[in-house]
Amino acid sequence: MFLNSLLFTISANMKGWDLFVNSLWPMIQGAIKGTIPLTLISFTTGIMLALITAIMRLSSYKFLTIPARVYVSAIRGTPMLVQLFIVFYGLGQLGFTINPFPSAIIAFSLNVGAYASEVIRASILSIPKGQWEAAQTVGMSYGQSLRRIILPQAARVSIPPLSNTFISLVKDTSLASLILVTELFRKSQEIAARTYDFMLLYVEAALLYWVICFILSLVQDRIEQRLERYVS
Amino acid sequence: MFLSVKGLKKAFGDQEVLKDINLEIERGNILTIIGPSGSGKTTLLRCLNALERPDKGTYSFDDGLELHFSDHIKKNDMTRLRLKSGMVFQSYNLFPHKTALENVIEGPLIVQKRNKDAVMTLARDLLEKVGLSDKMDLYPHQLSGGQQQRVGIARALAIQPELMLFDEPTSALDPELVGDVLKVIKDLANEGWTMAIVTHELRFAEQVSDRVLFMDNGYIVEQGSPKDVLRNPSEERTKQFIQRIMNP
Ligand SMILES: Nc1ncnc2c1ncn2[C@@H]1O[C@H](COP(=O)(O)OP(=O)(O)OP(=O)(O)O)[C@@H](O)[C@H]1O
Ligand SMILES: [Mg+2]
Repeated sequence: MFLNSLLFTISANMKGWDLFVNSLWPMIQGAIKGTIPLTLISFTTGIMLALITAIMRLSSYKFLTIPARVYVSAIRGTPMLVQLFIVFYGLGQLGFTINPFPSAIIAFSLNVGAYASEVIRASILSIPKGQWEAAQTVGMSYGQSLRRIILPQAARVSIPPLSNTFISLVKDTSLASLILVTELFRKSQEIAARTYDFMLLYVEAALLYWVICFILSLVQDRIEQRLERYVS
Repeated sequence: MFLSVKGLKKAFGDQEVLKDINLEIERGNILTIIGPSGSGKTTLLRCLNALERPDKGTYSFDDGLELHFSDHIKKNDMTRLRLKSGMVFQSYNLFPHKTALENVIEGPLIVQKRNKDAVMTLARDLLEKVGLSDKMDLYPHQLSGGQQQRVGIARALAIQPELMLFDEPTSALDPELVGDVLKVIKDLANEGWTMAIVTHELRFAEQVSDRVLFMDNGYIVEQGSPKDVLRNPSEERTKQFIQRIMNP
Protein backbone atom coordinates (compact mmCIF):
# COMPACT_ATOMS: atom_id res chain seq x y z
CA MET A 1 0.00 0.00 0.00
CA PHE A 2 2.64 2.38 1.16
CA LEU A 3 4.98 1.16 -1.55
CA ASN A 4 2.17 1.47 -4.11
CA SER A 5 1.52 5.05 -3.30
CA LEU A 6 5.23 5.68 -3.39
CA LEU A 7 5.53 4.09 -6.83
CA PHE A 8 2.52 6.12 -7.84
CA THR A 9 4.12 9.33 -6.70
CA ILE A 10 7.26 8.38 -8.53
CA SER A 11 5.70 7.27 -11.80
CA ALA A 12 3.03 9.92 -11.85
CA ASN A 13 5.66 12.49 -11.35
CA MET A 14 8.67 12.21 -13.61
CA LYS A 15 10.24 15.03 -11.71
CA GLY A 16 10.12 12.80 -8.65
CA TRP A 17 11.81 9.97 -10.54
CA ASP A 18 14.54 12.32 -11.73
CA LEU A 19 15.07 13.52 -8.19
CA PHE A 20 15.31 9.92 -7.00
CA VAL A 21 17.94 9.08 -9.61
CA ASN A 22 19.84 12.32 -9.19
CA SER A 23 20.06 12.04 -5.44
CA LEU A 24 21.10 8.39 -5.55
CA TRP A 25 24.76 9.18 -6.26
CA PRO A 26 25.18 11.84 -3.57
CA MET A 27 23.66 9.48 -1.05
CA ILE A 28 25.88 6.59 -2.15
CA GLN A 29 28.80 8.96 -1.82
CA GLY A 30 27.60 9.77 1.66
CA ALA A 31 27.64 6.06 2.37
CA ILE A 32 31.10 5.58 0.92
CA LYS A 33 32.65 8.61 2.60
CA GLY A 34 30.62 8.62 5.80
CA THR A 35 28.55 5.60 6.77
CA ILE A 36 30.97 2.89 5.70
CA PRO A 37 34.25 4.28 7.10
CA LEU A 38 32.43 5.37 10.23
CA THR A 39 31.16 1.82 10.71
CA LEU A 40 34.42 0.09 9.90
CA ILE A 41 36.67 2.30 12.02
CA SER A 42 34.31 2.41 15.00
CA PHE A 43 33.75 -1.31 14.87
CA THR A 44 37.45 -2.13 14.75
CA THR A 45 38.43 0.18 17.60
CA GLY A 46 35.29 -0.84 19.46
CA ILE A 47 36.21 -4.52 19.28
CA MET A 48 39.70 -3.84 20.59
CA LEU A 49 38.21 -1.84 23.43
CA ALA A 50 35.72 -4.64 24.05
CA LEU A 51 38.46 -7.24 24.25
CA ILE A 52 40.39 -5.21 26.80
CA THR A 53 37.23 -4.55 28.79
CA ALA A 54 36.21 -8.21 28.74
CA ILE A 55 39.63 -9.32 29.96
CA MET A 56 39.59 -6.66 32.68
CA ARG A 57 36.17 -7.84 33.84
CA LEU A 58 37.33 -11.45 33.96
CA SER A 59 40.36 -10.67 36.07
CA SER A 60 40.37 -11.20 39.79
CA TYR A 61 41.64 -7.71 40.59
CA LYS A 62 39.07 -5.17 41.71
CA PHE A 63 41.06 -2.26 40.29
CA LEU A 64 40.52 -3.80 36.86
CA THR A 65 37.00 -5.17 37.17
CA ILE A 66 35.43 -2.07 38.70
CA PRO A 67 36.41 0.45 36.00
CA ALA A 68 35.36 -2.05 33.34
CA ARG A 69 31.97 -2.57 34.97
CA VAL A 70 31.36 1.13 35.42
CA TYR A 71 32.22 1.80 31.79
CA VAL A 72 29.91 -0.92 30.47
CA SER A 73 27.10 0.13 32.77
CA ALA A 74 27.39 3.83 31.89
CA ILE A 75 27.39 3.25 28.14
CA ARG A 76 24.56 0.75 28.25
CA GLY A 77 22.55 2.93 30.58
CA THR A 78 22.59 6.10 28.48
CA PRO A 79 21.26 6.90 25.00
CA MET A 80 23.78 6.81 22.19
CA LEU A 81 22.58 10.17 20.92
CA VAL A 82 23.29 11.77 24.29
CA GLN A 83 26.80 10.25 24.28
CA LEU A 84 27.35 11.64 20.81
CA PHE A 85 26.27 15.12 21.93
CA ILE A 86 28.50 14.99 25.00
CA VAL A 87 31.55 14.12 22.90
CA PHE A 88 30.85 16.71 20.21
CA TYR A 89 29.05 19.64 21.85
CA GLY A 90 29.99 18.96 25.46
CA LEU A 91 33.72 18.54 25.01
CA GLY A 92 33.63 21.33 22.44
CA GLN A 93 32.27 23.71 25.05
CA LEU A 94 35.07 22.75 27.44
CA GLY A 95 37.59 23.65 24.78
CA PHE A 96 38.32 20.12 23.55
CA THR A 97 36.88 20.74 20.13
CA ILE A 98 36.80 17.56 18.13
CA ASN A 99 35.60 17.50 14.54
CA PRO A 100 32.30 15.81 13.77
CA PHE A 101 33.76 12.71 12.16
CA PRO A 102 36.25 11.83 14.91
CA SER A 103 33.63 12.69 17.52
CA ALA A 104 31.32 10.16 15.96
CA ILE A 105 34.11 7.58 15.86
CA ILE A 106 34.81 8.11 19.55
CA ALA A 107 31.18 7.80 20.57
CA PHE A 108 30.46 4.77 18.39
CA SER A 109 33.67 3.00 19.41
CA LEU A 110 32.86 3.49 23.08
CA ASN A 111 29.43 2.12 22.39
CA VAL A 112 30.58 -0.95 20.50
CA GLY A 113 33.26 -1.46 23.14
CA ALA A 114 30.70 -1.71 25.91
CA TYR A 115 28.15 -3.92 24.16
CA ALA A 116 30.68 -6.18 22.46
CA SER A 117 32.62 -6.66 25.70
CA GLU A 118 29.60 -8.43 27.15
CA VAL A 119 29.46 -10.72 24.11
CA ILE A 120 33.17 -11.46 24.29
CA ARG A 121 33.08 -12.01 28.03
CA ALA A 122 30.23 -14.48 27.69
CA SER A 123 31.99 -16.34 24.91
CA ILE A 124 35.21 -16.60 26.91
CA LEU A 125 33.20 -17.96 29.83
CA SER A 126 31.53 -20.47 27.52
CA ILE A 127 34.84 -22.20 26.76
CA PRO A 128 35.10 -25.30 28.97
CA LYS A 129 37.40 -25.09 31.97
CA GLY A 130 39.24 -28.15 30.65
CA GLN A 131 40.71 -26.00 27.88
CA TRP A 132 42.36 -23.67 30.40
CA GLU A 133 43.64 -26.69 32.30
CA ALA A 134 44.98 -28.45 29.22
CA ALA A 135 46.81 -25.25 28.27
CA GLN A 136 48.22 -25.04 31.78
CA THR A 137 49.46 -28.63 31.72
CA VAL A 138 51.49 -27.99 28.58
CA GLY A 139 53.06 -25.14 30.49
CA MET A 140 51.21 -22.09 29.21
CA SER A 141 50.92 -18.93 31.25
CA TYR A 142 47.58 -17.15 31.65
CA GLY A 143 48.34 -14.85 28.72
CA GLN A 144 49.46 -17.65 26.46
CA SER A 145 46.41 -19.75 27.30
CA LEU A 146 44.14 -16.82 26.61
CA ARG A 147 45.76 -15.82 23.34
CA ARG A 148 46.44 -19.22 21.81
CA ILE A 149 43.73 -21.45 23.21
CA ILE A 150 40.79 -19.54 24.64
CA LEU A 151 40.38 -16.49 22.39
CA PRO A 152 40.47 -18.36 19.08
CA GLN A 153 37.66 -20.55 20.34
CA ALA A 154 35.78 -17.66 21.90
CA ALA A 155 36.04 -15.76 18.62
CA ARG A 156 34.05 -18.47 16.87
CA VAL A 157 31.37 -18.33 19.50
CA SER A 158 31.14 -14.55 19.37
CA ILE A 159 31.12 -14.00 15.63
CA PRO A 160 27.36 -14.49 15.14
CA PRO A 161 26.33 -12.03 17.88
CA LEU A 162 29.07 -9.58 16.90
CA SER A 163 27.90 -9.52 13.31
CA ASN A 164 24.53 -8.41 14.65
CA THR A 165 26.30 -5.61 16.51
CA PHE A 166 28.00 -4.67 13.25
CA ILE A 167 24.74 -4.48 11.32
CA SER A 168 23.13 -2.40 14.06
CA LEU A 169 26.10 -0.07 13.94
CA VAL A 170 25.57 0.59 10.23
CA LYS A 171 22.10 1.90 11.04
CA ASP A 172 23.16 3.72 14.19
CA THR A 173 25.71 5.77 12.27
CA SER A 174 22.75 7.75 10.91
CA LEU A 175 22.72 9.46 14.32
CA ALA A 176 25.99 11.11 13.32
CA SER A 177 23.99 13.30 10.95
CA LEU A 178 22.89 15.17 14.09
CA ILE A 179 26.44 16.28 14.78
CA LEU A 180 26.87 17.28 11.14
CA VAL A 181 28.80 14.30 9.83
CA THR A 182 28.11 14.04 6.11
CA GLU A 183 27.01 10.48 5.82
CA LEU A 184 24.19 8.83 3.93
CA PHE A 185 21.29 10.16 5.98
CA ARG A 186 22.75 13.64 6.26
CA LYS A 187 22.94 13.78 2.46
CA SER A 188 19.28 12.90 2.17
CA GLN A 189 18.44 15.58 4.74
CA GLU A 190 20.40 18.17 2.80
CA ILE A 191 18.63 17.39 -0.45
CA ALA A 192 15.26 17.28 1.29
CA ALA A 193 15.89 20.68 2.81
CA ARG A 194 16.19 22.07 -0.69
CA THR A 195 13.43 20.18 -2.47
CA TYR A 196 10.93 19.48 0.34
CA ASP A 197 10.52 15.92 -1.05
CA PHE A 198 10.80 14.41 2.41
CA MET A 199 8.96 11.19 1.75
CA LEU A 200 10.81 10.33 -1.40
CA LEU A 201 14.26 11.15 -0.08
CA TYR A 202 13.93 9.52 3.32
CA VAL A 203 12.47 6.39 1.80
CA GLU A 204 15.37 6.38 -0.64
CA ALA A 205 17.79 6.64 2.28
CA ALA A 206 15.96 3.82 4.03
CA LEU A 207 16.22 1.68 0.90
CA LEU A 208 19.97 2.25 0.74
CA TYR A 209 20.43 1.25 4.39
CA TRP A 210 18.32 -1.78 3.70
CA VAL A 211 20.47 -2.79 0.72
CA ILE A 212 23.67 -2.44 2.76
CA CYS A 213 22.27 -4.42 5.69
CA PHE A 214 20.81 -7.03 3.37
CA ILE A 215 24.19 -7.62 1.75
CA LEU A 216 25.80 -7.78 5.20
CA SER A 217 23.25 -10.32 6.40
CA LEU A 218 24.08 -12.50 3.40
CA VAL A 219 27.75 -12.29 4.32
CA GLN A 220 26.80 -13.10 7.91
CA ASP A 221 24.93 -16.23 6.79
CA ARG A 222 27.93 -17.39 4.82
CA ILE A 223 30.28 -16.88 7.75
CA GLU A 224 27.95 -18.73 10.10
CA GLN A 225 27.68 -21.66 7.71
CA ARG A 226 31.45 -21.90 7.56
CA LEU A 227 31.71 -21.76 11.33
CA GLU A 228 29.17 -24.58 11.63
CA ARG A 229 31.48 -26.77 9.61
CA TYR A 230 34.46 -26.25 11.89
CA VAL A 231 32.66 -26.79 15.16
CA SER A 232 30.54 -29.92 15.86
CA MET B 1 62.90 -42.14 44.82
CA PHE B 2 61.54 -39.84 42.12
CA LEU B 3 58.93 -38.17 44.26
CA SER B 4 57.94 -38.38 47.85
CA VAL B 5 54.69 -36.80 49.02
CA LYS B 6 54.19 -36.18 52.72
CA GLY B 7 51.13 -35.00 54.60
CA LEU B 8 49.26 -33.76 51.53
CA LYS B 9 45.97 -32.07 52.38
CA LYS B 10 43.40 -30.39 50.19
CA ALA B 11 39.98 -28.99 51.00
CA PHE B 12 37.35 -27.32 48.84
CA GLY B 13 35.64 -24.87 51.13
CA ASP B 14 35.08 -26.84 54.31
CA GLN B 15 34.99 -30.18 52.52
CA GLU B 16 38.26 -32.01 53.07
CA VAL B 17 38.94 -34.02 49.97
CA LEU B 18 42.50 -35.18 50.64
CA LYS B 19 43.06 -35.70 54.32
CA ASP B 20 46.58 -37.01 54.84
CA ILE B 21 48.23 -38.42 51.77
CA ASN B 22 51.69 -39.98 51.95
CA LEU B 23 53.10 -41.73 48.96
CA GLU B 24 56.26 -42.36 47.03
CA ILE B 25 56.85 -42.87 43.37
CA GLU B 26 60.00 -44.62 42.15
CA ARG B 27 61.54 -43.73 38.83
CA GLY B 28 60.32 -46.09 36.14
CA ASN B 29 57.53 -47.36 38.33
CA ILE B 30 53.85 -47.37 37.68
CA LEU B 31 51.44 -46.46 40.40
CA THR B 32 47.76 -47.06 39.91
CA ILE B 33 45.19 -45.39 42.05
CA ILE B 34 41.85 -47.03 42.59
CA GLY B 35 38.92 -46.19 44.79
CA PRO B 36 35.24 -45.33 44.81
CA SER B 37 33.79 -42.24 43.16
CA GLY B 38 34.43 -39.09 45.15
CA SER B 39 37.30 -40.60 47.10
CA GLY B 40 39.70 -37.91 45.85
CA LYS B 41 41.64 -39.70 43.08
CA THR B 42 41.29 -36.93 40.52
CA THR B 43 42.09 -34.30 43.11
CA LEU B 44 45.25 -36.18 44.04
CA LEU B 45 46.46 -36.27 40.43
CA ARG B 46 45.58 -32.62 39.96
CA CYS B 47 47.55 -31.75 43.06
CA LEU B 48 50.53 -33.68 41.73
CA ASN B 49 50.86 -31.33 38.79
CA ALA B 50 49.55 -28.21 40.49
CA LEU B 51 46.27 -27.86 38.64
CA GLU B 52 45.06 -27.64 42.23
CA ARG B 53 47.27 -26.11 44.84
CA PRO B 54 47.54 -28.37 47.88
CA ASP B 55 46.75 -26.69 51.21
CA LYS B 56 49.43 -28.52 53.15
CA GLY B 57 52.13 -31.07 52.60
CA THR B 58 55.54 -31.50 51.05
CA TYR B 59 56.77 -32.75 47.69
CA SER B 60 60.40 -33.79 47.45
CA PHE B 61 61.85 -34.69 44.09
CA ASP B 62 65.08 -36.52 43.50
CA ASP B 63 66.59 -33.52 41.73
CA GLY B 64 66.34 -31.48 44.89
CA LEU B 65 63.12 -29.60 44.14
CA GLU B 66 61.15 -29.31 47.36
CA LEU B 67 57.80 -27.67 47.78
CA HIS B 68 56.24 -26.93 51.14
CA PHE B 69 52.66 -26.04 50.49
CA SER B 70 51.99 -24.48 53.86
CA ASP B 71 54.44 -21.77 52.79
CA HIS B 72 54.38 -19.41 49.88
CA ILE B 73 55.57 -21.13 46.72
CA LYS B 74 57.68 -19.32 44.19
CA LYS B 75 56.11 -19.03 40.76
CA ASN B 76 59.22 -20.51 39.25
CA ASP B 77 58.97 -23.62 41.43
CA MET B 78 55.31 -23.99 40.51
CA THR B 79 56.22 -23.93 36.81
CA ARG B 80 58.98 -26.47 37.41
CA LEU B 81 56.52 -28.72 39.20
CA ARG B 82 53.99 -28.39 36.41
CA LEU B 83 56.46 -29.26 33.68
CA LYS B 84 57.63 -32.34 35.57
CA SER B 85 54.41 -34.09 34.75
CA GLY B 86 52.24 -34.56 31.69
CA MET B 87 48.51 -34.88 32.27
CA VAL B 88 46.09 -37.03 30.31
CA PHE B 89 42.50 -36.07 31.02
CA GLN B 90 39.45 -38.26 31.21
CA SER B 91 37.70 -36.03 28.67
CA TYR B 92 40.83 -35.57 26.48
CA ASN B 93 40.58 -31.74 26.46
CA LEU B 94 42.27 -31.48 23.09
CA PHE B 95 42.44 -28.01 21.55
CA PRO B 96 39.56 -28.23 19.05
CA HIS B 97 40.88 -25.52 16.74
CA LYS B 98 44.20 -27.25 16.23
CA THR B 99 45.07 -30.39 14.30
CA ALA B 100 46.44 -33.47 16.03
CA LEU B 101 49.97 -32.40 15.14
CA GLU B 102 49.40 -28.81 16.28
CA ASN B 103 48.03 -30.08 19.58
CA VAL B 104 51.22 -32.00 20.15
CA ILE B 105 53.71 -29.26 19.17
CA GLU B 106 51.96 -26.51 21.12
CA GLY B 107 53.78 -27.19 24.39
CA PRO B 108 57.34 -27.81 23.21
CA LEU B 109 57.29 -25.23 20.43
CA ILE B 110 55.32 -22.34 21.90
CA VAL B 111 55.98 -22.71 25.60
CA GLN B 112 59.33 -24.41 25.81
CA LYS B 113 60.54 -22.70 22.61
CA ARG B 114 62.53 -25.68 21.49
CA ASN B 115 64.00 -25.98 18.01
CA LYS B 116 61.24 -26.24 15.42
CA ASP B 117 62.71 -29.09 13.37
CA ALA B 118 63.43 -31.11 16.47
CA VAL B 119 59.89 -30.51 17.75
CA MET B 120 58.32 -31.55 14.46
CA THR B 121 60.33 -34.75 14.42
CA LEU B 122 59.45 -35.45 18.02
CA ALA B 123 55.75 -34.80 17.40
CA ARG B 124 55.66 -37.06 14.34
CA ASP B 125 57.43 -39.81 16.28
CA LEU B 126 55.03 -39.47 19.18
CA LEU B 127 51.97 -39.60 16.95
CA GLU B 128 53.40 -42.64 15.24
CA LYS B 129 54.06 -44.25 18.59
CA VAL B 130 50.38 -43.85 19.52
CA GLY B 131 49.35 -45.23 16.14
CA LEU B 132 48.14 -42.05 14.48
CA SER B 133 50.73 -41.33 11.83
CA ASP B 134 47.97 -41.10 9.21
CA LYS B 135 45.79 -38.73 11.27
CA MET B 136 48.24 -35.94 12.07
CA ASP B 137 46.45 -33.28 10.08
CA LEU B 138 42.95 -34.05 11.27
CA TYR B 139 41.08 -31.91 13.79
CA PRO B 140 39.87 -33.45 17.06
CA HIS B 141 36.25 -33.56 15.91
CA GLN B 142 37.34 -35.72 12.98
CA LEU B 143 38.82 -38.32 15.34
CA SER B 144 37.19 -41.06 17.41
CA GLY B 145 37.33 -40.84 21.19
CA GLY B 146 40.11 -43.40 21.33
CA GLN B 147 42.12 -41.51 18.74
CA GLN B 148 41.56 -38.23 20.55
CA GLN B 149 42.79 -39.75 23.77
CA ARG B 150 45.91 -41.02 22.04
CA VAL B 151 46.57 -37.51 20.73
CA GLY B 152 46.12 -36.39 24.34
CA ILE B 153 48.80 -38.85 25.40
CA ALA B 154 51.16 -37.67 22.66
CA ARG B 155 50.53 -34.06 23.66
CA ALA B 156 51.42 -34.82 27.27
CA LEU B 157 54.54 -36.76 26.25
CA ALA B 158 55.70 -33.92 24.03
CA ILE B 159 56.65 -31.65 26.90
CA GLN B 160 59.03 -34.46 27.88
CA PRO B 161 57.81 -34.80 31.44
CA GLU B 162 59.39 -37.08 33.97
CA LEU B 163 56.05 -38.33 35.23
CA MET B 164 52.90 -39.12 33.25
CA LEU B 165 49.55 -38.71 34.97
CA PHE B 166 46.43 -40.40 33.62
CA ASP B 167 42.99 -39.69 35.02
CA GLU B 168 40.69 -42.52 33.97
CA PRO B 169 42.02 -42.30 30.43
CA THR B 170 39.57 -44.86 29.07
CA SER B 171 36.41 -44.29 31.04
CA ALA B 172 34.84 -41.96 28.46
CA LEU B 173 35.49 -44.44 25.65
CA ASP B 174 33.32 -47.03 23.96
CA PRO B 175 34.46 -50.49 25.08
CA GLU B 176 35.92 -51.40 21.68
CA LEU B 177 38.20 -48.34 21.75
CA VAL B 178 39.60 -48.95 25.23
CA GLY B 179 42.12 -51.55 24.07
CA ASP B 180 44.04 -49.19 21.76
CA VAL B 181 44.55 -46.64 24.50
CA LEU B 182 45.56 -49.24 27.09
CA LYS B 183 48.03 -50.68 24.62
CA VAL B 184 49.70 -47.29 24.25
CA ILE B 185 49.98 -47.02 28.03
CA LYS B 186 51.47 -50.51 28.22
CA ASP B 187 54.03 -49.54 25.57
CA LEU B 188 54.99 -46.55 27.69
CA ALA B 189 55.30 -48.82 30.70
CA ASN B 190 57.67 -51.06 28.76
CA GLU B 191 59.74 -48.06 27.76
CA GLY B 192 60.26 -47.32 31.42
CA TRP B 193 58.10 -44.23 31.90
CA THR B 194 57.17 -43.22 35.41
CA MET B 195 53.40 -43.03 35.62
CA ALA B 196 50.50 -42.53 37.98
CA ILE B 197 47.23 -43.84 36.63
CA VAL B 198 43.73 -43.52 38.03
CA THR B 199 41.65 -46.33 36.61
CA HIS B 200 38.72 -48.63 37.14
CA GLU B 201 40.25 -51.27 34.85
CA LEU B 202 41.48 -53.58 37.57
CA ARG B 203 42.79 -56.25 35.21
CA PHE B 204 44.86 -53.63 33.45
CA ALA B 205 46.04 -52.28 36.78
CA GLU B 206 47.19 -55.73 37.78
CA GLN B 207 49.12 -56.17 34.52
CA VAL B 208 51.01 -52.90 34.44
CA SER B 209 51.36 -51.62 38.00
CA ASP B 210 54.29 -51.81 40.28
CA ARG B 211 52.19 -50.44 43.09
CA VAL B 212 48.48 -50.09 43.64
CA LEU B 213 46.99 -47.56 45.95
CA PHE B 214 43.43 -47.78 47.22
CA MET B 215 41.80 -44.53 48.27
CA ASP B 216 38.61 -43.94 50.14
CA ASN B 217 37.16 -40.78 51.54
CA GLY B 218 40.34 -38.74 51.16
CA TYR B 219 42.67 -41.29 52.75
CA ILE B 220 44.96 -43.91 51.33
CA VAL B 221 43.48 -47.00 52.85
CA GLU B 222 45.95 -49.50 51.51
CA GLN B 223 48.91 -49.61 49.16
CA GLY B 224 51.23 -52.30 47.97
CA SER B 225 52.02 -54.64 45.13
CA PRO B 226 49.14 -55.35 42.74
CA LYS B 227 48.99 -58.92 43.93
CA ASP B 228 48.61 -57.88 47.55
CA VAL B 229 46.12 -55.09 47.06
CA LEU B 230 44.01 -56.58 44.27
CA ARG B 231 44.14 -60.29 45.07
CA ASN B 232 44.68 -60.29 48.76
CA PRO B 233 43.61 -57.01 50.31
CA SER B 234 43.99 -56.69 54.02
CA GLU B 235 41.43 -53.93 54.56
CA GLU B 236 37.71 -54.64 54.56
CA ARG B 237 36.92 -51.54 52.46
CA THR B 238 39.37 -52.59 49.76
CA LYS B 239 37.83 -56.06 49.62
CA GLN B 240 34.34 -54.65 49.24
CA PHE B 241 35.40 -52.22 46.55
CA ILE B 242 37.21 -54.85 44.49
CA GLN B 243 34.36 -57.27 44.81
CA ARG B 244 31.89 -54.64 43.69
CA ILE B 245 33.92 -53.87 40.57
CA MET B 246 34.65 -57.49 39.73
CA ASN B 247 31.04 -58.69 40.15
CA PRO B 248 28.86 -55.67 39.50
N1 LIG C 1 36.82 -27.92 42.18
C1 LIG C 1 36.10 -28.51 43.17
N2 LIG C 1 35.33 -27.75 43.97
C2 LIG C 1 34.62 -28.30 44.96
N3 LIG C 1 34.59 -29.61 45.23
C3 LIG C 1 35.34 -30.43 44.46
C4 LIG C 1 36.12 -29.91 43.38
N4 LIG C 1 36.76 -30.96 42.79
C5 LIG C 1 36.38 -32.05 43.46
N5 LIG C 1 35.53 -31.77 44.47
C6 LIG C 1 34.95 -32.72 45.42
O1 LIG C 1 35.99 -33.48 45.94
C7 LIG C 1 35.61 -34.82 46.12
C8 LIG C 1 36.60 -35.74 45.44
O2 LIG C 1 36.52 -35.52 44.04
P1 LIG C 1 37.44 -36.26 43.01
O3 LIG C 1 37.07 -35.76 41.67
O4 LIG C 1 38.86 -36.12 43.40
O5 LIG C 1 36.98 -37.78 43.17
P2 LIG C 1 37.35 -39.03 42.32
O6 LIG C 1 37.89 -40.03 43.26
O7 LIG C 1 38.19 -38.63 41.17
O8 LIG C 1 35.94 -39.52 41.81
P3 LIG C 1 35.51 -40.17 40.42
O9 LIG C 1 35.87 -41.62 40.48
O10 LIG C 1 34.03 -39.98 40.40
O11 LIG C 1 36.21 -39.44 39.35
C9 LIG C 1 34.21 -34.94 45.57
O12 LIG C 1 33.32 -34.95 46.66
C10 LIG C 1 34.04 -33.70 44.74
O13 LIG C 1 32.71 -33.29 44.78
MG1 LIG D 1 37.93 -38.60 39.07
